[in-house]
Amino acid sequence: MAEKLVGTDIAPPDLHAKITGRARYAEDFRAPGMVFAKLLLSPMPHARVRRVDARRALAMPGVIDILRADEVPSRDGPREACLTDYPRYEGEPILAVAAVDEETAAAAIEAIEIDFEPLPFVIDPLDSLRPGGPNAYVEGNQFSGQDGWSEFRWTAEDFAVIDAGGMPDPSCPVEWTKGDPDAAFAESALVLEETIVHQSLTHHPMEPRSNMAYWEGDRLFAFVSTQSTQQTKFALASALDMDPENITFVAEFCGGGFGSKISGTTVMQVPAIFSKKIGRPVMLRVTRYEENYIGRARPGFQSWLKMGFLPNGKCNAIDLIIVQESGPYGASDYATAGMIADLTYTPQNMRFRAVDMFTNTPPKAAQRGPGGAQIISMMEPILEKAARELGVDRLEMHRLNAPRGDVKFGPRDSTLTSVHAIEALERGAEMFDWPAKVALSGRRDGSRVTGVGIGLSPYTAGSRDRDGLMIIRPDGKLYVHQGIGNLGTHSIADTARPAAELLGLSWDDVVIVWGDSSKGMPRSTVQAGSQTTHAHTRANHAAGMDALQKVREVAAATMGGAPSAYRVDGGRVSGPGGTMTLGRVAERAIQMGGRYDGHVLPEDIHEQTIPAAQMLAGQGLMGVARDNYGGEGNVYSWVAGFALVELDEETGVVALKEYVGITDCGTVIHPRSLGAQVLGGSIQGMGMAMTQRWVFDPKWGVPFANRLYTARPPGMLDVPPDLKWDAVGIADPTTPVGAKGIGEPPVGAGAAALTCAVADAMGGRCLCRTPLTPDIILAELEGRTGVGRLEQHVG
Amino acid sequence: MAKIRDMIPAFELLQPTSVEAALNLLDEHRGEAWVLAGGLDSFDWFKDRVKRPSVVVDLGGIAEMHGIREVTNGLEIGAMTTLTEVVRHARIRSEWSVVADAAEHVATPQIRNQGTLGGNVSQDTRCWYYRSGWPCYRAGGNTCYAAAPQAMNREHCIMGRSRCVAVNPSDTAPALIAVDAKMIVESSKGPKVYDAEDFFIGPAIDITRMTVMKERDLLTRIHIPSTWANAEFYYEKVRDRGAWDFQLVSVAAAFQKEGDRITAARIAVNGVAPYPVRVEAAERIVVGTTGDEATAAAAGEAAIEGARALRHNDYKIAMMRNLVRRAVRSVA
Repeated sequence: MAEKLVGTDIAPPDLHAKITGRARYAEDFRAPGMVFAKLLLSPMPHARVRRVDARRALAMPGVIDILRADEVPSRDGPREACLTDYPRYEGEPILAVAAVDEETAAAAIEAIEIDFEPLPFVIDPLDSLRPGGPNAYVEGNQFSGQDGWSEFRWTAEDFAVIDAGGMPDPSCPVEWTKGDPDAAFAESALVLEETIVHQSLTHHPMEPRSNMAYWEGDRLFAFVSTQSTQQTKFALASALDMDPENITFVAEFCGGGFGSKISGTTVMQVPAIFSKKIGRPVMLRVTRYEENYIGRARPGFQSWLKMGFLPNGKCNAIDLIIVQESGPYGASDYATAGMIADLTYTPQNMRFRAVDMFTNTPPKAAQRGPGGAQIISMMEPILEKAARELGVDRLEMHRLNAPRGDVKFGPRDSTLTSVHAIEALERGAEMFDWPAKVALSGRRDGSRVTGVGIGLSPYTAGSRDRDGLMIIRPDGKLYVHQGIGNLGTHSIADTARPAAELLGLSWDDVVIVWGDSSKGMPRSTVQAGSQTTHAHTRANHAAGMDALQKVREVAAATMGGAPSAYRVDGGRVSGPGGTMTLGRVAERAIQMGGRYDGHVLPEDIHEQTIPAAQMLAGQGLMGVARDNYGGEGNVYSWVAGFALVELDEETGVVALKEYVGITDCGTVIHPRSLGAQVLGGSIQGMGMAMTQRWVFDPKWGVPFANRLYTARPPGMLDVPPDLKWDAVGIADPTTPVGAKGIGEPPVGAGAAALTCAVADAMGGRCLCRTPLTPDIILAELEGRTGVGRLEQHVG
Repeated sequence: MAKIRDMIPAFELLQPTSVEAALNLLDEHRGEAWVLAGGLDSFDWFKDRVKRPSVVVDLGGIAEMHGIREVTNGLEIGAMTTLTEVVRHARIRSEWSVVADAAEHVATPQIRNQGTLGGNVSQDTRCWYYRSGWPCYRAGGNTCYAAAPQAMNREHCIMGRSRCVAVNPSDTAPALIAVDAKMIVESSKGPKVYDAEDFFIGPAIDITRMTVMKERDLLTRIHIPSTWANAEFYYEKVRDRGAWDFQLVSVAAAFQKEGDRITAARIAVNGVAPYPVRVEAAERIVVGTTGDEATAAAAGEAAIEGARALRHNDYKIAMMRNLVRRAVRSVA
């Protein structure tokens, strides 16, 4: 009987290395003759470098050379280069210096005389939208590939409405409408209008994006920190305008990315280019301080939301306006936010408007649940507010509005492969004991008031059409080659399980090959949008099926009979002609050659897979295939979060007492890892909503809270020790393994469950902003001066 | 000069093994010497390359500055005693629990294992303008960035400002004031003893220092007198998250009672001024009462008399009032 691999707890193959310190992160690599580079960062948010005098630095003993912006690739428009003479945020790298040791490089940076021309800057996007407001770029505040730069403003009339506390009716570059929102609002029994601010905050992965590079002839050896691997190699090749097959790309471990290292190739260019220039390996150790600037951030939103509800609580109309604080190089969270608002509340009538504003703050990028986490943490408290006003139970309100399988959402009526949000809500309500807990709402114990809340959060969770590549070698083991990155989610191992299970192998006979392009990587997804589990259980399933068929054919060819009569299990193939070990099958496959050992490849595999497969040809029986399973509809996973908090009205401090997170993510591949994702993501969302922040001085345009202790991501004492989770466990019928991704949706669930519970503890009063730090809550409770209604970046 | 962070510049490390030797080194190197205790504050400064001493005098090897000793009329805590030792000390826990409580609220276990009581009370402010190396009054410049109209100052002071609006970050400072601790500061001229509340100074006295100590001074030990042993204590620290965080506002209080009447009280608050504030007006209101709700409310109001908010810290006025109120209420 084959070992059951899908749905069981199996320690990932990198576990021992991580906990014993043997894991080699990018910073741990060394090469003969290696030197260290340090970056000179812009001290102001927008400037032009007028003059650089590096003579004193270059004369220092041990200093090798300087790398300037004109020596690295750059493109016109709001596009980031790894070094620039036109910094658009404080902390943007201007130049790099290499020296024999880091201290010398640092001293050399300090010895450089540099003259900046300060330029106008904008930190808050609303400032740039105001008539006559500043622009993040000299050329304007909007850019299109077709028309170039322009200035976009809202009108004085728009701002008169905003400043009076109302919802404006502005023009926006992005707009879509479905149904008839105006008519629907007219029919609504309740219409709520809110102004909402969601903060921007940095990613803060534990491992900063240090990396090292050297060249041997035309071959680049890059040792990097990235979420993805195979795709990052291609992205780096593109950035450096070189043949990807001339890169040996090593990224064995990644100490977190949360979206900031989907590729993360910007800073990787510095050691690569510098090393080519000076002919020595270059290590760039990125510090925590530098990571705060160049390590990406979630865009903030300033929003106006109008929601209409029928008497039974069904949302029948949404009007949503998002102003996104996009940093100097843009982001697309707002687009996802609009889609997810429509998907989660199924209003049938929706108007969505958004404006993506460049600002002189550090660059933005996807951060776990980009767009979705913000919109869910903002809208769920409004849904619960409506429930209170309509006298509908809040659980019922979520259930009533959650999508069913036939949902059509977004401007193009997108569909889903499967959705079991309601089952997640019901399972969560059972585990949390919603009826008992909601009865505690408003309970007082001295100055502490109990609040409960629910957050239902979806996010994309899959993609199709990638390749799988694996080999059964003569040692009888299955070597699964993974082009996906090892970003800490265990997917490098877990997505291989379906193939191993198809081949009836014990997990001890499976070897995961990852993190080094010289070992061969098939065409993979980027590790973003929670695609990996879905995409690569499919791709590896396809390659596993290919291997299975080939094993049977080899057995039939060797022992006689029809391939279909052979069974593969326990490391052997057995049938009418007898039995063989898989090791022996591998030897026979090599003898037979052709498609069996990879010398002939399927015609439909991606061109990026071919070099890897060719490299491995002849080493055993090769399973290689494209995911041709097809399928229609968007793949989304869900998490329903339930929180119970106690709010201390005398201090504004919120203590989370209980949390339950339930996911609908299809078939469960690895329960323990899934639990870590559901709860870890939820805690990240709680931090986003409650403790973590980023603060900018608006006069000088520079960020504070640059350190972990000032940025305050949540710690173990900010959550109770017995957080609970479960999975609905209903397979997605459109994918062979039934599994969907899970990384992103917990963030919105954790954040929203808390923002809802805090509002509940405040008698239904929604503060409609994040983070809900004690100062903001206490100022509200005491009727004292708090932060401005629409202020961004105040933390 | 371009900014480089997270890299400590080289310095000469001196490791004396006696107080006398340390004082000699401080005399010898005067303004060039930096006194290093546990290093949690010092290394942040060094890593940021904002403070760049050429000589660092490490007190770690001075045995006489370590440990907790029983003395006539109380306990004497060596300035280099770790916060963990303070937290775990049986007599402190039983007789001056407010000191152990406060020490236990410092940062994280790792930091408490490394950080010292002397270092905790001697640390510099965490004003992020100042810590970022901006040329403010405290750093020798001619402005206070944190008090500017648009400044980000939610963690700054609501009282005691004088050009500078930074706050004292020490968790143990208000507790030491509550137990009327004495700070023994030595120099080559001999020892001086300061009441804990006088040890901390505001910018009106000297804007470049947080304590009475000048460059050749050394805090060698802290005396906890028996006067307040076994009093009723209260400690609370409000912070943004459960660990590794400085206070927004903290309160430490000691009450002596006869029957249900309060006969003496000491209440100190930190996070509201450039120095820990002893709220004597509140103490006066409390003495002679049972600490009932009306008294607690009056004490809270008295504590915030004269408080004035900056742009983003109006909440601190309410938080300080409420914490003082809770402290008083705790003995009722």
